Amino acid sequence: MAATEADFRTRLQDWLPKLVLAPSFAVTLLFVYGFILFTVVLSFTGSKMLPKFDWVGFENYGKLFALPAWSTAIANIAIFATLYIVICTLIGLMLAIFLDQKIRGEGMLRPIYLYPMALSFIVTGTAWKWFLDPGIGLQRIMQQWGWESFTFTWIKDGDMAIYTIVIAAVWQTSGFVMAMFLAGLRGIDNEILKAAQIDGASNWQLYRRIVIPLLRPAFLSAFVILSHLAIKSYDLVIALTGGGPGRATEMPATFMYSYTFTRNQMGIGASSAVIMLMTIAAIMVPYLYAELKEKKA
Amino acid sequence: MSVATQDTAVSTGRATRVLIYLILLLFALFYLLPLYVMGVNSLKPLEEITGGNMMALPGQWTLDPWRQAWSTAQIGVEPTGLKPYFLNSILMVVPAVAISTIVGALNGYVLTKWRFRGDTWVFGLMLFSCFIPFQIVLIPMAVVLGKLGLAGSVPGLILVHVVYGIGFTTLYFRNYYASFPTELIRAAQIDGAGFFRIFWRILLPVSGPIAVVSVIWQFTNIWNDFLFGVSFGGTSQPMTVALNNLVQSSTGVKEYNVHFAGAILAALPTLVVYIVAGRYFVRGLMAGSVKG
Repeated sequence: MAATEADFRTRLQDWLPKLVLAPSFAVTLLFVYGFILFTVVLSFTGSKMLPKFDWVGFENYGKLFALPAWSTAIANIAIFATLYIVICTLIGLMLAIFLDQKIRGEGMLRPIYLYPMALSFIVTGTAWKWFLDPGIGLQRIMQQWGWESFTFTWIKDGDMAIYTIVIAAVWQTSGFVMAMFLAGLRGIDNEILKAAQIDGASNWQLYRRIVIPLLRPAFLSAFVILSHLAIKSYDLVIALTGGGPGRATEMPATFMYSYTFTRNQMGIGASSAVIMLMTIAAIMVPYLYAELKEKKA
Repeated sequence: MSVATQDTAVSTGRATRVLIYLILLLFALFYLLPLYVMGVNSLKPLEEITGGNMMALPGQWTLDPWRQAWSTAQIGVEPTGLKPYFLNSILMVVPAVAISTIVGALNGYVLTKWRFRGDTWVFGLMLFSCFIPFQIVLIPMAVVLGKLGLAGSVPGLILVHVVYGIGFTTLYFRNYYASFPTELIRAAQIDGAGFFRIFWRILLPVSGPIAVVSVIWQFTNIWNDFLFGVSFGGTSQPMTVALNNLVQSSTGVKEYNVHFAGAILAALPTLVVYIVAGRYFVRGLMAGSVKG
């Protein structure tokens, strides 16, 4: 009897770790992968207001890509993601390199650059919405300060509104990118730099030939995080422009929401979500795979 | 901070340094600008915004916009102010952060110290879940919350945030525990300590730095979430959704000063957390991600 009890206890100890992990794994399988499967299946059905399971093949995808609103959303995400990623990376890298030059007051500047990351996109959107509003914001401020001819109406202009989203999004995350690059810079061995200096390399050469190539991992992390944030951008668009003026700032995230929940075109909404997932997966899966493989080795 | 002593060995000329300081200060102004605009204009009567200059300090200081935003402003159809929504957010965020952090710590412990065949796959699947666009789960989540009777409730939102938060918390704790010497765990095991005892006595006491990261990350993400709140909030909407309703309301005069006060109220908890513990966050995050 005692033997079996001891036996049971060792076996329990063997199983305990897996038992502890099991609920999380089960939840992930169900709520992530099960749900993805559900949405994929829905995207092949004629669901309108509620999920229905009448198979329609690729009809929703055909309709989706024929919709002008979706074309706008795709064009917008391409403009937004490119500018957002490039500008955030450039500003982040520049600020990190500058802050790394034995700057007095670094301890004061860093939190100022970083705090926007703590805010909700709804707060950021509200602040910029009114600051960029021609009636009360920047345009009027400049005119009152004496620059009578100054105009800035991007947020009301269908062709330019998308760039106001870039401004607000860059404001929110470029400081965080700075922190990532700064951590990378601080990890570089100063001996390498000193050796290159002795060889007569100029500062420009030093950064272009040695430092920036060494920051490769930081570039990669920044790219992955920024592209992920870009595709998910829903809150900022809603708060800043509401997708307007008209549909000028429609993005895949806002498109999916409005088609699914307000226009009762669930099948089309589901197919747009599937396209979004595939885009992110194309970026994330190779990155995660490489990361995990590296750590295993 | 300790990293500040490891500045680069690169040296620069005087003119370059002046330029660098100038650019750094200009960017500091850029980052502070919206905060200044929100702060200053939340303390003015409305006429000073519509008739004056947004950059000017208040001529007549007033706390009325704050009072209105907190307790009387029209949110949707009810003139309740943001107060009830602030409470919703607190009720949602505290349990969701606590649960996801505890679960993440246990998962990280198992995945590093009790490795089994296929554990990298389990972790990989959980990790990918951090990066999915949540649009892909909105429809089935709405169905499931409805079936569970949790639609439009705070417990429903807690469930959603825990489910989609454990990927990140597991990642943080796993990376952190990976650098903890496994020999110590084995030694304790030989001495007869069990699974939970080892966790409680050996790993938990050294988990402070990563617990800070996990708590701040989860707190900011959940407090700032809008998509889940607007989709599943129903009558228990969080602060972000209420703020958006306040700002976007199309009826009546746009009370910019009240909007700004509301925006600051919505930002305050995460700002406070950031000011109090932000440097530990960056330090911990970098330690975790750089070392891996």
